[in-house]
Amino acid sequence: MKIPLQTFLYCFPACRPLKSWLAKRLYHISSSTMASYKHKNAKRIEGIDKNIWIQFTSVAADPSIVNLGQGFPDIPPPDYIKEALAKAASVDRLNQYTRSFGHPSLVKALAQLYGKVCNREIDPQKEILVSTGAYGCLFSTIQGLIEEGDEVIIIEPFYDCYVPMIKMAGAHPVLIPLTLKRTKDDSISSAHWVLDPEELASKFSSRTKAIIINNPNNPLGKVFTKEELQEIADLCIKHDTLCISDEVYEWLVYNGRKHTKIGMLSGMWDRTITIGSAGKTFGVTGWKLGWAIGPEHLMKHLQTVHQNALYTCPTPLQEAVAQGIWRELSLLNQPECYFNCLAKLLEEKRDQMARFVLAAGMKPIIPEGGYFMVIDVSGLNQDLSHMQDDEPYDYKFVQWMTKEKKLAAIPVSAFTGEKSKNIFEKYIRFCFIKQDSTLQAAEEILKNWNKISH
Amino acid sequence: MWRRTALSLGRRQLQGGPRGHANQVPPASFRMSHKRPARRILGVEKNIWLEFTEMAAKYKSVDLGQGFPNFSPPDFVRQAFSDVVSGEDCLMHQYTRAFGHPTLVKILAKLYGQLLGQSIDPFGDILVTVGAYEALFTAFQALVDEGDEVIIIEPFFDCYEPMVKMAGGHCVFVPLRPKGTPDKPALSSGEWALDPDELASKFTERTKAIVLNTPHNPLGKVFKREELQVIAELCVKHDVLCISDEVYEWIVFDGNEHIKIASLPGMWAQTVTIGSAGKTFSATGWKEAVARGFQRELDVLGRPESYLFQLPRQLQEKRNRLVECLLSVGMRPIIPEGGYFLIVDISALNVELPEPADEEEPYDYRFAKWLIKTKGMATIPVSAFYSLGHRKDFASYIRLCYVKEDSTLEAAEKILKEWHLTK
Repeated sequence: MKIPLQTFLYCFPACRPLKSWLAKRLYHISSSTMASYKHKNAKRIEGIDKNIWIQFTSVAADPSIVNLGQGFPDIPPPDYIKEALAKAASVDRLNQYTRSFGHPSLVKALAQLYGKVCNREIDPQKEILVSTGAYGCLFSTIQGLIEEGDEVIIIEPFYDCYVPMIKMAGAHPVLIPLTLKRTKDDSISSAHWVLDPEELASKFSSRTKAIIINNPNNPLGKVFTKEELQEIADLCIKHDTLCISDEVYEWLVYNGRKHTKIGMLSGMWDRTITIGSAGKTFGVTGWKLGWAIGPEHLMKHLQTVHQNALYTCPTPLQEAVAQGIWRELSLLNQPECYFNCLAKLLEEKRDQMARFVLAAGMKPIIPEGGYFMVIDVSGLNQDLSHMQDDEPYDYKFVQWMTKEKKLAAIPVSAFTGEKSKNIFEKYIRFCFIKQDSTLQAAEEILKNWNKISH
Repeated sequence: MWRRTALSLGRRQLQGGPRGHANQVPPASFRMSHKRPARRILGVEKNIWLEFTEMAAKYKSVDLGQGFPNFSPPDFVRQAFSDVVSGEDCLMHQYTRAFGHPTLVKILAKLYGQLLGQSIDPFGDILVTVGAYEALFTAFQALVDEGDEVIIIEPFFDCYEPMVKMAGGHCVFVPLRPKGTPDKPALSSGEWALDPDELASKFTERTKAIVLNTPHNPLGKVFKREELQVIAELCVKHDVLCISDEVYEWIVFDGNEHIKIASLPGMWAQTVTIGSAGKTFSATGWKEAVARGFQRELDVLGRPESYLFQLPRQLQEKRNRLVECLLSVGMRPIIPEGGYFLIVDISALNVELPEPADEEEPYDYRFAKWLIKTKGMATIPVSAFYSLGHRKDFASYIRLCYVKEDSTLEAAEKILKEWHLTK
């Protein structure tokens, strides 16, 4: 309204008194519009205020609900790591600020561990950043390296935070789904979900800045084979793109599978940021510590974001995690190594869950890694027509199941873009890093469910 | 050849723009080289803390530089931490509510509700973050858009400027000036003040927010009610948000009163107030709060056994001790009314410094580096807390932190006295 009026005024100079009166009115209108503008959020957070965890975790916090939703253990973390934290907090100097990019003993331990795993020397000062969980590392990576207008390829289903982080950076997510390939096998595993190489290649354009991979994948539990990673790597090199590799579940790999780091493939170290997590490694998700490892010329940009966003992470937590890593390093590949113990324990829990889920008439996708299981619930034919229409089926199913069956899960279409929701809306996600009593309680609910249905 | 041209064009475009602010899209070939960082972090790479903490560590100096206590946090908070860490409830080691652990936000709502005389919704009005740093970052990212102006009072805690820049905003600076004369120099942080007319002139149509820090780092100024009133009236008149960094709120001396600008008329609805567990409980490395610590303090608020009653009194004694020593060796400290720091005028010392490596380096930076290397004492140059354009005008002060255990203050005294004798 303002512009046409102004144009009118400038075209008719004889209307000066009117012009003056109108100008004052326009100023008042624009002032009040400005006034409301000032209390509004910045544009960068438009459209990203909804969050699956906020939506589903508060409901599941009710202690009468068996919570297989959000991915955290209800089994205790190892004693030695808690003791390390108590000990660290008793040392005065360790209660004060430490080095911005990571506590010295922690970055040294990480450099040793990943140096061994990657078979290369890693500079603890220049090639590592410690941040607030893998989340903090992802945020620093994206803010530091992704420009407005860039495209970033994301593989569906994806951990939900990737898309809002990319949008906050003013960039465009380009999605490509894993799809179920035909198989004669009785049971479906995450290995049966694959990328179509031609479709993947078609997603790379001159605007592609990076691809994000999550290996092992959340929610599917897919552990990418070396050949699959090579296909992605070849495309990254061909198109000179970055690779952001979220490997928080790297130690949780089953059935004798091997976790391969894409950063170790030829030509990839210089263009890959690899992200790990203390929370997932030691079962202490509430500590919110993670790390990013990569070449100096990229890491320095993550460090710039970090120094301006939160500057440094809690010192006693970093010291405790350092102690944990030194311990595991000395036991690496041995049975007593916590990484191996935890993987063995979780493989059993996975198998236990698969059995009782099958018995209830649901179809699990057996994960090769991670601590989630994706389950096809369509076989139950649960009628949810009484619930509101505008949500995908799995959202409605999870809400209904939480309320009626007191069993919480996460809908898998939360991990997909709009176009793929109809493919994934028959799946829900269960977390199996839970103590025996929790899994037994879930099993009971599913047993009784079956009885009521028939 | 064309690729080199495209790259150099892109670089010029990045450096262009009337405010030195990149506002044009560089060509695809420039952007797509995977080595390039995002534009939002250009110009915010340098950091005073990285530079000086490294030096302090390298030269093994008596560290009065970075602001952290080197004495223990209070026992009751350490005990609370220990109980939580070693306790039976293993869920204490797992994810909690995104915007703040329920026990913590409830106690914060209660404590600050009491202080502000205002009902605070623990789930709607509070966010818990990784330190005040992240609270500031979140505030700027959420509220400042490209092209918005943000008023910053100089000297300022250095992170405000890069954070505003990362959000695409423009910093508009207004200085605190010492209100003294050559015969009667300003000796207290209370005598550094804003000029109300100058402040008013900084508000424009594009002003989104003003950042306030009280008690102030590095000066130690505790803004009085009348001063806050002037700022508040301008905020209300221009409908500008106020981001109030009050991390040192409990550390106020000489009977001064810390006043929360959010409690002034009309200000609650347009103020974000920031606090810190690290500064409250002398545990800067935690960057997280312990609800039990706050509960305990709420129960004994205002009483002699309260940590928040004892801490400012202890720190006042340390402040006095350092001030006395500085005066006795002919140095001129500005007495802080609150906070962790004081600044010292070094201009009259006439120290002969080695030739500067970099002509642009301000005098106080060179002095502070010389002090670490030759005298073994770490401090922070105050021009680091000024915008680039104003650094040369305020390059004759260094900042000292007195929130240190007695042995550290003794060691500092020894260095200063020996230095004085050799002059």
